[in-house]
Order: sequence, then C-alpha cells, then structure tokens
Amino acid sequence: MMATKILDLPDTSYVLPGNRSCAGCGIGIALRQITAALEGKMVMTVPASCLTVLGGMYPISSVNVPWVNVAFPSTAAAASGIAAGLRAMGRADDMTVLAMAGDGGTGDIGIQALSGAAERNEDFLYLCYDNEAYMNTGTQRSGLTPAGARTTTTWAGKRENPKDLPAIMEAHNIPYVASTSAAYPTDVYDKVVKARGIEGLRYIHMNTPCPSGWGFDPKDTVRLGKMAVDAGLVVLYEVEDGVFRLTGRSASLAKAGKPLLPVGEYVATQSRFKGMSAETIAAVQAWVDTRWARYLARNAGSCLP
Amino acid sequence: MSEREGGSTMEPGRRISMSRPAVGEAGATGQWRNSRPVMDPALCMAAKAGKVTCQICWAYCPDGCITQGAGPVIDLTYCKGCGICAEECPAYAIEMTPEALHGVCDLPEGEVR
Amino acid sequence: MSETMVMTGNEAAATGAKLARVQVIAAYPITPQSPVVETLSAWVESGELPAEFVAVESEHSALTVCIGASTVGARTFTATSSNGLAYMNEQVWWAAGARLPIVMCIANRAMAAPWNVLNDQQDSMSERDAGWVQLYCRDNQEILDTTVQAFLIAERLNVPVMVCYDGFLLSHTMMPVTVPEAGEIDAFLPKRPAPLTVVDPGDPRNIGPVVLADPRADSSGVVSPGYMELRAQHHRALLAAIDAIPEVDTEYGAVTGRSWGGLTWEHLLDDAEVVLIAAGSLATQATLTAEALRAEGVKAGVLGIRAYRPFPVEALREKLTGRRLALVFDKALSYGYDGPICTDLRGSLLGIEGVPAVFGAVCGLGGRDTSPEDLAAAARRAIADLDAGMRTRATDWINLHLEGE
Repeated sequence: MMATKILDLPDTSYVLPGNRSCAGCGIGIALRQITAALEGKMVMTVPASCLTVLGGMYPISSVNVPWVNVAFPSTAAAASGIAAGLRAMGRADDMTVLAMAGDGGTGDIGIQALSGAAERNEDFLYLCYDNEAYMNTGTQRSGLTPAGARTTTTWAGKRENPKDLPAIMEAHNIPYVASTSAAYPTDVYDKVVKARGIEGLRYIHMNTPCPSGWGFDPKDTVRLGKMAVDAGLVVLYEVEDGVFRLTGRSASLAKAGKPLLPVGEYVATQSRFKGMSAETIAAVQAWVDTRWARYLARNAGSCLP
Repeated sequence: MSEREGGSTMEPGRRISMSRPAVGEAGATGQWRNSRPVMDPALCMAAKAGKVTCQICWAYCPDGCITQGAGPVIDLTYCKGCGICAEECPAYAIEMTPEALHGVCDLPEGEVR
Repeated sequence: MSETMVMTGNEAAATGAKLARVQVIAAYPITPQSPVVETLSAWVESGELPAEFVAVESEHSALTVCIGASTVGARTFTATSSNGLAYMNEQVWWAAGARLPIVMCIANRAMAAPWNVLNDQQDSMSERDAGWVQLYCRDNQEILDTTVQAFLIAERLNVPVMVCYDGFLLSHTMMPVTVPEAGEIDAFLPKRPAPLTVVDPGDPRNIGPVVLADPRADSSGVVSPGYMELRAQHHRALLAAIDAIPEVDTEYGAVTGRSWGGLTWEHLLDDAEVVLIAAGSLATQATLTAEALRAEGVKAGVLGIRAYRPFPVEALREKLTGRRLALVFDKALSYGYDGPICTDLRGSLLGIEGVPAVFGAVCGLGGRDTSPEDLAAAARRAIADLDAGMRTRATDWINLHLEGE
C-alpha cells in the first residue's frame, strides 16, 4: 500500500482552533490526522493528561468527536467497557473505539489495564502519545523518559533508558503494533487507517515532541521529532500479525544504509538534556545502536523478536 | 425535554457534565502569541501556481488554524504563533514577525491591558 | 411459575442480576464474592444469560468496564468485597459523580490490614460518602429481590446502587429463595431508558470533562453549572431515593408478593422501649434477641436499617421518638470515633424532642462470632447503664478479648 502524501490527506477539521494546548504541541498535529483517519466515526476514551486539557473544560469541547474522560489508570479498561457496551447495544459497527493516553497513562499507571485488555484481545484501537514524561503535571519523569533527560523528578538527568512499550505490546500477541511519530502526520494517518480495519487490540505508539517539557522553541516541534527518527531514538515500524517492517523515514534510512544521526547532535537541541555527560551520551548511543541493529535485522527478516 | 439535550439545556436533576464542541474553548488564543506568521504569495508555491498544492503548513499546524488554499489562509484569531508553519514551509514563504510590528495586539472591545 | 430453591446469598445475587437482564458484567473474584463471578460466567458461557462478560484483571478495571458500558447505555453489574472495593474506590466515586446507574453487590468482608476474609461491614461502610445508594440485606431472599430492585432505583435516579450482604453468613449459607418468573420481572423492570450520556458521532459530546469551580458560559453565552452545582444535584438525586426506594419496593411487592419495608423494617417495634438497631443479618439475629428480652420483661424491639444511604433521617426520627433507648450494633467503625450507623443516628436525632438515649456497640469485626445471646447481654448492659443515670457512655465492644482486660 502506497504511503499517503500530504495533499491526499482528507481536509477535515475535527480538532477545533482556540483549544488549550501549548503553542506547538505535537498532540494537535497528530490528533487532526487520527480523527481524519477515523472520519470522526469514533468515541475516544481519554485519561487525565494533556489531552484532557486540549479537550476543553465544561461546557465547551474543542474536539468534534464523541469523547469520554476517564480516571487516570483506567483508559484501556474504559475502552473495553465502551466496546462491550456498544456490542451489547447492537452499536458496535457505529464507531471505532479509540483509547488515547500519554506515556504515563499507558506505560506506568495505565499498564495493568492495557495488559489485561491486550491479553483479552479487546476490540479497540489504543494510541499512546509519548511525550516522554508526565507533562500535564509539570514534567515529572515517566518510565518512557529517555536516559539523560532532566525532569522535575530527575534533576540530574534520568539514569534509566525508557521502557519499550511497543515490544511489551508485541509480547501480548495482538494483531497490530506500530510505532510512529507526530512529526510524520502522514505516517500516523496511514497507521490509524490500517489499524481501523483490523479486529482486536491494535496498539500504536506515537512519539510526540513537547516544546514545553523538552525545552525547545515551539517552531521546532516537527524538525526535532524528525531528528529523533534520524537518530534512531524513535523508529517508525509496524508489526502486523507478528510480521515486522520498518516504515517511512526509518525504512528509507535502513534501505539507504545510512548511519544514524549521532545522539549527541540530537540532545544538544533541547534544554532537558543540558548537562548530559559524554559518558551518558555514549551509553545512550550504544543502546540506540544495538536497538537499531535489531530493527534492521528484523526488517530484513533475519531475526525473531 | 429530550434526554439527549446536553449541557446547558438539560433539566437540573438530570444534568451531567457533558460539553458541546465549539471553536475557541480557551478564548481567542491569537492573544497568546509574540509573533505572527506572514505569508508571501510571491514565494508560496500554491499561491504562485494558483492551485491547492504543497499545503505543508496546513498539515503541520497543531491547532488547525490554516485553511487549505492557493495559498493557504491562516486564522489569526486563534493562531498561537508557534512558528511551525514558517519553519516547515519548503519555499520559506512564511516569516514570523513580531506582534509589535503589527501595532498593539487587537484587544476585545473595552478591554484594558 | 416462580420456583422456590435452596441457594446461597451469592447465587441469589447472581440470579437477581440475571433476572434484571444485565447486559455487561465485569467482575474480579475475591473471597467471599467469587461464586457470584463464577455463576454469572457459567451462565454467560452457556448462553443462559445473553450478556457480555469481561474477565477483567482487577477490581479497578471491573468498575471501569461498567462505567464505560453504562456510559453507552448498557445495563451493567459487578460485585466485590473488602480490599477489592477499596481498590476500586476511585471508580466508586467516579461512577456516582458521573451519575451512572450501575448496580454492585458487596459481599461484606473485613478490611486488611491485617488480612481477614470473614464478615464485617467495614468495606461498604467506608464507601458511604461516595454518593451511591446503599441497601443492606437480611437474608438471601432479600438479596435476590433487592438486587433486582436496585436496577430500577438506579435507572430512575441516575445514581449507582450498592446491595450489601454479609460475607459467609449470607454469601455462603444456603436458604430457601423464591425465584420470580422472568416475565414478572420484565414487567417490573423495563429495558434501561436512553442514558443521559450521548455517544454519537452525529452529535459529538465530551463527557465528564474538567469542570470549573464557578458556572461557565458556553459558546452561545448560556451558563452551565460549576462543580458545586453538579454535586448538589447529585446529592439531591440521592435524597430523592428516600421516596424512590419505598416506591420501588412497593411496586416489586405488587408483582411478586414480597416487599422489604422500603427504608427500614421492624420487629416488635410498636410498644418497644428499647430498640435494637442494626443492618444486615445482624438485625435478623437481633429479632431473636428482642424476643428473648421480651420473655425477660423488657419491651424490646428491632428497627432494621435497609437503606443506609441515603440515611433515612425522617423515618428514624419518627420511629424512635418516644422510646427510651436505642442500642445500635455496628459491624464497623469510623476509626478514631465510633460506629458509623451509631454516629449517623445520633446526629440525626439531635435537637428532636423526645428522642431516646443512643448507645453504641461494636461487634463482629473480622468475623468475630456474635450470637443473639451476645446481643442480649449487650442490651442488658446498656439498660443497666441507662438505669444508673448515664446519658452517654463509651462504645461497648462485644466479645472482645484484649489481653489483660
């Protein structure tokens, strides 16, 4: 299937201007395409998160799709419940159920409900927008925060590498797992379109640059999101029924056999990495290189997960 | 009264917190910005070609403030001035210019800052 | 034809949910509730109960699934006990504030720490503030009947309902239960009306968003309430249950021939001077106590608490005015203060003419056995204290064996 180009994206506007997200927020770029890919025929469950704020305060909503706010740990369970309820009401075909939560709501406090839903292969689409920290509460570290990043709970820089959530989801043997980036809205669009047509639990992990929390000028949201992909810190791929393939820019990088952009160049662009030592950068580089080699091998079909 | 009426038209005993969509939930967010995008139709590829081509600025606007067109049109009531459109435009047709150069920011009638 | 069978309290609860034609069930096992989950699961698998059964991975998710399903209009049910209820506490508050008509059975069990799987009422008592209707059952027949009634109460008021029954004492004890015909119940309990929540791509709404402290205008300038107004409306809906609970009980009685007294029930109360007050099976035991005391010449009676939330203030004032002593038996405690029913009762009688002295007793914590004779001994102690001129006294802990005391 050919990758969609920008001019072929539907010109729809489910995300309304004048919402409460930060200037340059990566979520907005992606949400426009997620809702377009689902043609608004959806209901989304949203836990406490930046997305909740984007959604607006009572009595005004800023997103023109059905939206149910849910408690922080519960996103995947709420989506399971909505899906079960729609089936019971004979309305399962009326709409796609989309669970959309941040990295904390997905991989930390929300992981139990997600794991349970995945094990049961519940029928909904789960999309994690990963801005790499608990941003809504002021940038505290999450399990997805990259090593070296300063947050309000890792003042000297996080020691650990992030959890590999897509890999965790792959281990649940669900029919579709994908990794994408808000900096590539056409990749987001294509993956949501593909996921829409699959039954069972579909998981999409979306790296989402955050000017406020990462410490960069809002104009650079897309540029730095793309840079993360060039550095191999974010990899665009999908796993359909266990079959792995790189997509978009990551596929191009693999095909061209080009070296990745050095991690050091990437971390120099954001103030959250200020003070990151050469040793830490080297350690992260080694970690990235090992991961990339595995992705290349999987893409070539020569390596199992 | 229809049970499906939400928000402010529901009977008090059956009211739940359920919002209706509208533009500008956070107000005129154009007031947030320090600089505004100014598009040069002589450089914009869509404007020059007189047709809906490129549209990269439209694709990347986080707030959907840009309408597709030849060239695209930016809604300054809500544009937060993030600068992504200017940064991503392949023709360098958009320049972020300080609000001060456009006079005092438009204030709602009667508001004193 | 209705059928009389022997069944446990858990089976009665499950049967009630089945008769109510629940559409979505999500529950996680915990002693002593597990057979409810097992029974419903078996019926769903066999097709005897055409419902969605979601085998969730925790109690928090169990109530969350109910919240999600209820939001799109399905009739939902869950059950839990003790630590499971505590685990889902956040969602107990959510379901109530979201005004979802979920029904949940609680097989009452002691709270950890320390671990104890046996009966007391601490678990549901600890949730009394959250805004659910709370009903307590005295036997297995009442469990079945009240579970069915709970759906109608919930859907009339858009308030969730907790149906509580004593773990092991009722949950695992076999009693004769008359199971109404499905058709009877269908006449009593119609399909759930369209929910307040709208989930429709053709009419997109944002449900349960952030609500500000103050009223706020929407985009057309029409003012919507703030948090406090929404909460006030929720509270009023709960107060409306004061009427709805007896109404539904009466309607149920017209269909099945059985009703349970609405908010409270009585035994030998008419000329009683000493009123024994409790909720659940403890109150049933108290009826034997009252009879024994009568034989000793004490004009004793029982006032059973069926509805604990909303607290039946007017009914209690009316039924207790003119009595000499109200002795409240709590199988729970508000630690650092006193038993929950006792303190609520005391507070509701304040300032009313001719109310009795209210003494409290705590019993049965962690399954500590409490016999009708134990209750009678407590009553005798209370009467003696009253006769000695005491107007207040420390709570009497029944059957407590503290070292050195």
